[in-house]
Amino acid sequence: MIPRHLLIAMAVLLVAVLGLTFYALRMRRTAAATPLASTDTRPLAPPISGPTERITLFVAHDDDGSLRAQSALIPLPSGRQQRTEELLRALVSLYLDKSSPHVLGSGADVRSVFLVDPGVAIIDLNSAFADTHRSGVLVEELTVASLIHTISANTPGILKVKILVDGKERETLAGHADLSAFYDVTAINQLASQLQSAQ
Amino acid sequence: MRWTNYARGGSARNAEQGSAGVPPAVARAPRPRSVGLTASTLILLSTLILSGAAPEKHFTVYSVAANYSLSLVQREGRDYVGLLEVLEPLGKVRSKSDGARWRLRYNNVEGDFEVGKSRARIQGLDTELGGRFLVENKRGLVPVSALSSILPRFLGGPVTLHEDSGRLFIGSVATHFTASLATDNSSRLVFNFTGPVNPTVATEPGKLRMTFSREPVVAPASSTLTFGSKAIQSASYSESNGTAVVTVNSTIPVIASFSNDGRTVTISPSSAAAAAAQNGTPAAAGTPAPSEPPAAANNAGPQVFRRYFAVIDASHGGEDHGETLSASLLEKDVTVALARSLRQELESRGITTLVLRDSDANLSLDQRAIFANADHAAIYVALHAASNGHGVRVYTALLPFGDDDRGPFRSWTLAQHGSLPLSRSTASAVAAELQKRQIPVRTLGASLRPLNNLTGAAIAVEVAPQGSELSQLTAPDYQQLITSAVATAIAATHDQLGAAP
Ligand SMILES: [Zn+2]
Repeated sequence: MIPRHLLIAMAVLLVAVLGLTFYALRMRRTAAATPLASTDTRPLAPPISGPTERITLFVAHDDDGSLRAQSALIPLPSGRQQRTEELLRALVSLYLDKSSPHVLGSGADVRSVFLVDPGVAIIDLNSAFADTHRSGVLVEELTVASLIHTISANTPGILKVKILVDGKERETLAGHADLSAFYDVTAINQLASQLQSAQ
Repeated sequence: MRWTNYARGGSARNAEQGSAGVPPAVARAPRPRSVGLTASTLILLSTLILSGAAPEKHFTVYSVAANYSLSLVQREGRDYVGLLEVLEPLGKVRSKSDGARWRLRYNNVEGDFEVGKSRARIQGLDTELGGRFLVENKRGLVPVSALSSILPRFLGGPVTLHEDSGRLFIGSVATHFTASLATDNSSRLVFNFTGPVNPTVATEPGKLRMTFSREPVVAPASSTLTFGSKAIQSASYSESNGTAVVTVNSTIPVIASFSNDGRTVTISPSSAAAAAAQNGTPAAAGTPAPSEPPAAANNAGPQVFRRYFAVIDASHGGEDHGETLSASLLEKDVTVALARSLRQELESRGITTLVLRDSDANLSLDQRAIFANADHAAIYVALHAASNGHGVRVYTALLPFGDDDRGPFRSWTLAQHGSLPLSRSTASAVAAELQKRQIPVRTLGASLRPLNNLTGAAIAVEVAPQGSELSQLTAPDYQQLITSAVATAIAATHDQLGAAP
């Protein structure tokens, strides 16, 4: 009989070997790609100075607990991932204004957005976003629905969204909205339409 | 000295993350104990694997959260099991080893064990282990027999231990079954299970054996059932080594077929036997069934044992304050008051009610769901209070669209799937009652745990003041206005709720 801890140890070791192999292959690919990139004359990672685009933000309103579409003109980079990031930053900066209909705590920000194929978006919020967020089922749900519905409406192809805080998984946003699981975009779209018809 | 963290294993949630390619930050660090291993250990290990091992003794745990199997070890003439491995799939577990002391924390319950001692302290209470506590490679081992006293302390609910057969049931998760001959055809035996099953089926001349290794199938009233059929004479039930086995004894070759989402298993003559039957074999279809009762198992029918019809959950509690409504008012205190008021309203309408948190206790979301599920509560109501907005919001679980979770195992994150229509109709009934009382109300889906983990009808009610006066939340007449509406709606849907499995 093989002691269980040895089996676990072996499994962990195998995972480590596979992980390192994957890492090595990735490094090699990155190294191979570098000379190509240097011959590319296009500007690398443009700052947020792309052409101005009209987008639709889904903005939460606390007074009647609704989510309302609001169009905005913002400069957007061309990369799909960077675009999504900028979209959310535009939304969050709107909420940082003390006179906004759904105020977020100061310092709240979106650290980054990862688009992982197929159809998965990962939104990484900073800890100030979650730590200063007001607690309540509806008030947290409005934030989550606003973030997810805004990116899914402007970035086609997103099916599932996961929200992290400071790069880590968190149980809830501020005691209510579940962040431990993936959000299903279709379910959020349905919720968003419920929320658009205010109380 | 540091705590070692253990992630919840086996949940659908974790599986989902893995496949979705979460960025590296989410990946959990490998356990430090793997670091010192060298290639020589690997070689040693593979030699061990190749050398073959004695048959292992298995131990199966059945719970609402997960069904899983563990290996037992024999020490000091007894069967021992790793306590951490038993608790790991059920919640957040951490262990800490310090000399002869070994401490384990499950959610917020702490256990203190000492090597060589047959007593432990769990949540401050002395617990008899019936054998010495052992530690091997930082793994705390306890005698299997001790689980029936240890686990209720950690889990806060009852467990049923079948020590001889290595099976442990957490809460009321058992799957019961009946067996009787088909009314239209006495050469067909029909098993009806209270939950979906997916046994391994094996046949040999005169026998068909169904082995249930992952389903919490339990014995009928009598372990041997006899039938008045020449083709299928009897069935017997037994359990051992972490599995349950039902053996059907027949005079002709038989096969098993599954229907009703895995809840019904029909044993019928295999096609060769059926063809023979048509040629005049006496065991043919159409033989009138004798008048004796078909099976004793009918007495162990699929009744659901339900102590409380309604489970009311005062959300938050302990360190979890919920919303800080004002400098002197915390949500966790308002929810307890609302829960007590709702219990009173329900009980005055003849509905048995359990308030899950009737004090300022810490109760994890998993524990709340496990309690309600183990009780088979017809309706679960979570109560919240909020300063934001006006009136009442009634929520049902927001589940992924179109995900069908109808396999033999219900995933913990989608447990609510089958009951969602009933939850929604209850939410609508509650909203209608509140409207009658001129309270602003809306019904919404919400990703609010533990709604998604409940197997029965489940709603959450979030109460905000009608105007801007927060003090209304603590006013008994406002609380009663809302709880009486909720209770009236539940009483009105009582029959519909009670009929659900
Ligand atoms: Zn709450």
